[in-house]
Amino acid sequence: MSSPPEQHQVRLVVNGEPATVSVPARRLLSDCLRHDLRLTGTHVGCEHGVCGACTVILDGVAVRSCLTLAVSADGASITTVEGLAGPDGTLSAVQQAFADCHGLQCGFCTPGFLTTITAALAANPAPTEDDAREIIGGNLCRCTGYQNIVRAVLRAAELMRARPGGTGNGREP
Amino acid sequence: MTAMFGEPIQRLEDGRLLRGNGAFLDDLGHHALAVALVRSPHAHARITSIDVTGAVEMDGVVAVYTHADLPGRIAEPLPLLIPHPALTHGRTGCPLAAGEVNHVGEPVVMVVATDRYLAEDGAEAILVDYAELPPVVGLDSARAAEHLVHADVPGNVAGHLVQAVGDADGAIAAAPHVLDLELTIERSASTPLEGRGVLARWDPESRRLRIWTSTQTSTGVRAAVAARLGLALADVDVITPDVGGGFGVKIVHPWPEEVLVPWAAMQLGRPVKFTEDRLEHFVASAHERGQQHQVQVGFDHDGRVLGLSVRFWHDNGAYIPYGLIVPIITSTQLLGPYQPGAYRVEFTSLYTNTVIVTPYRGAGRPQGAFVMERTMDAIAAALHLDRALVRERNLIRPEQMPYDQGLIFQDGRPLIYDSGDYPALLAKLKALVGWDDFAESKAEARAQGRTIGIGLACYVEGTGVGPYEGAHVVVETTGKVRVATGLTTQGQGHQTVFAQIVADELGVPVADVEVVTGDTRALGYAVGTFASRAAVMSGSAVALAARAARAKAIRVAAAALEASPDDMEIVGGMVRVKGDPSTGIALGTVAVLSNPLRYAFDEAAKAATQFAGGDISKPPVEPGEAPGLEGREFFSPLRSTFAAGMHAAIVETDPQTAEIKILRYCVVHDCGPLINPRIVEGQIHGGVAQGVAGALYERMAYDETGQLVNASFMDFLVPYVSEVPERIEIDHLETPSPLNPLGIKGAGEAGVIPGAAVLAAAIEDAEALPITSMPISPSDLFELRRSHGRGLGR
Repeated sequence: MSSPPEQHQVRLVVNGEPATVSVPARRLLSDCLRHDLRLTGTHVGCEHGVCGACTVILDGVAVRSCLTLAVSADGASITTVEGLAGPDGTLSAVQQAFADCHGLQCGFCTPGFLTTITAALAANPAPTEDDAREIIGGNLCRCTGYQNIVRAVLRAAELMRARPGGTGNGREP
Repeated sequence: MTAMFGEPIQRLEDGRLLRGNGAFLDDLGHHALAVALVRSPHAHARITSIDVTGAVEMDGVVAVYTHADLPGRIAEPLPLLIPHPALTHGRTGCPLAAGEVNHVGEPVVMVVATDRYLAEDGAEAILVDYAELPPVVGLDSARAAEHLVHADVPGNVAGHLVQAVGDADGAIAAAPHVLDLELTIERSASTPLEGRGVLARWDPESRRLRIWTSTQTSTGVRAAVAARLGLALADVDVITPDVGGGFGVKIVHPWPEEVLVPWAAMQLGRPVKFTEDRLEHFVASAHERGQQHQVQVGFDHDGRVLGLSVRFWHDNGAYIPYGLIVPIITSTQLLGPYQPGAYRVEFTSLYTNTVIVTPYRGAGRPQGAFVMERTMDAIAAALHLDRALVRERNLIRPEQMPYDQGLIFQDGRPLIYDSGDYPALLAKLKALVGWDDFAESKAEARAQGRTIGIGLACYVEGTGVGPYEGAHVVVETTGKVRVATGLTTQGQGHQTVFAQIVADELGVPVADVEVVTGDTRALGYAVGTFASRAAVMSGSAVALAARAARAKAIRVAAAALEASPDDMEIVGGMVRVKGDPSTGIALGTVAVLSNPLRYAFDEAAKAATQFAGGDISKPPVEPGEAPGLEGREFFSPLRSTFAAGMHAAIVETDPQTAEIKILRYCVVHDCGPLINPRIVEGQIHGGVAQGVAGALYERMAYDETGQLVNASFMDFLVPYVSEVPERIEIDHLETPSPLNPLGIKGAGEAGVIPGAAVLAAAIEDAEALPITSMPISPSDLFELRRSHGRGLGR
């Protein structure tokens, strides 16, 4: 007879809101976000770190939440796709650019692209087309053929420059 | 108001998906029990014993089921979905293996636990003993039939079909030139980013079952599951949530899990969910494409084909639930835009101990286009003629439309091309890519030590196959319009394009139209999303239903205004006497009036109550009418409608590393009138990426024991942005179909079809080496060079 796995308290700040969860040591951050915190916008496409659908921004860095244990994120501040739009619901520059450029079809991989690009544009607000390809170079999309996603990266940078504050979503960076 | 049909408007579905508010299968059912499956580690074996004790005793494990635990119809082999007289030895798997396993990944034991982690722990604790049997892997092994996949299927042959038009052998024998070719395509797969998944909830009080499944056919799942479980159709709802890509694999149904999960939910009285992981998707869903072809072609001095004889062997994997559809499509669509003189095609569909084969975007057409286009290139090479010229001479002319190829297509109906202008497509493609100037570019490149090549490939695609689709359009009393169509959606933008159609028909803003797809509660009669049929089939049904609602709105408003229906129009959501805005009645008010009421439920409803007026010489609902401002129509076309296109590619090959780079990729495309050009181009982009993937990167690598050795996204090379053409250049031609009310043809699969053919042609042109097998990797090309006596730095 097995015994229930030991639980660990994990304190996170997710999309600006503090959250404490109790999870087994083996629980993936992706599962913690999706199933414990019900933030199901983060998707899981491969669970081996290749597709990038599960990407979240952890302390400012885009990481694969399927390769991160929830316990190892204790104390971290995390932004998921649900945290990208402004407090009033306005789409962030990256989100708006995807709509403008038809950068999504089924929408399953999209959250991972949005978080990846958001983190990258914070570091490089004026990407070239080659930079744009580099930024999304580790995310898989099976629907779009990427051409419109490359355009969306450039469009997002343009929108961010045009918006006050430059962060593109009206939230504190 | 501007017509919405044809406008490249932004998609209505995007806001929800961009905010992370999509609802995909695993986003639902947080309280559901989770399923993990013990799957066969062997390609071919007898199960000698199963010991589930370790799992049963485990904390969190709720139930464990083997085949022996499944009652009656639950245990039986899954349905053979598409029977055919030529499918003489159809075999399908059971939801859980019944004594024998026939591929790695076949489900053997089902574990239900309180979460997926614990379910996997349970699955790991189960001991299954196997007696291994010799596996049949690959077409050579299947054809040799030294070993059998199914002991009762001689020669491993599931089915064999011959179709012929004229005397191909005689025509070839009499032809001045004859060529023989052997052409091979390897296995690939749909691999949507979201795998399969199913959630079921049984309500013991109402005795109703609700299923959510990541499918391309909710009505198909409903019918199959209700039959298995012995439930009335009316007691089963199937809802397709957001689907993270399908590309064909999700048209198969019911998957083992789609039977097991609802059954377990009924047994346990709790919601149960299965979410497929990536490894499972590789070894337990479906693949496609693997075929070997032998071609004999006879032609005249101008390159005109006089007779074509094709024999091919199709690897259908361990079971054949989807029947012979893929090889039937190859055998018929192979002809493309050409008139081949006499044609004979013969195929054999063979079992192997590998994952089942069912349609993947293109569905047999990429193989057909590869065979036909390689043949055209071979004819041109043999006669030293321009490859475009040889094609031009063999094209069906527009004045020959409708053109009967004399064969039976995948829908059981004659292969008659309804419309198209293939010479115009070819002229557009040559202009777009600069075909006639390429020799110069090639010579210049060569002078710089670079190797470049050009290729082109053509296809015709039967789209919009029947039998039917339907739509239900309801104008609400708010003036908003709700549209339901039964087929499912998985990223094609159906919500947007169907709203565009309705907006035009009813004269309302697109934003006022809400579209529901794939929900049997909203429309119980539907077929599914495959064969580039959604826009043609549901688009037509939506247009017809909207027209019916429009006609009714005009009748109701005309009666209220005491005007003639012939004098009415709908402008900007107002029904009025033509040219007289003062008579306008809002559509929402018309909806109120269309439903005569006894009780006023709000202020607006008072207008429809019995003392509010109306013609007392007639019944409130006249004979032949029904309450409500609605239209419900079905569209069932006589035959498929045939889209067409041609691709050209320019590639550069590295003289040292044999790396293959696509410099340009051009597409001309005819899917009739475009409902939304932005969405059509998105479909083309994605299709081309999959075509490139199948040509240069993706293959299922089975070893001789039947293990899929590249069953991960690390090893099976789905292209990243770095592997696809930077820009796809697109031009459209629009020849309307006479077979549906909007004149449209399907666009979903087009982009993928000529991928292998066009890149093989371009590489062959660059390298001056025959390319007869795809995909081709740099290593393959390197080896090909060596086998032709070429060393490094040719």
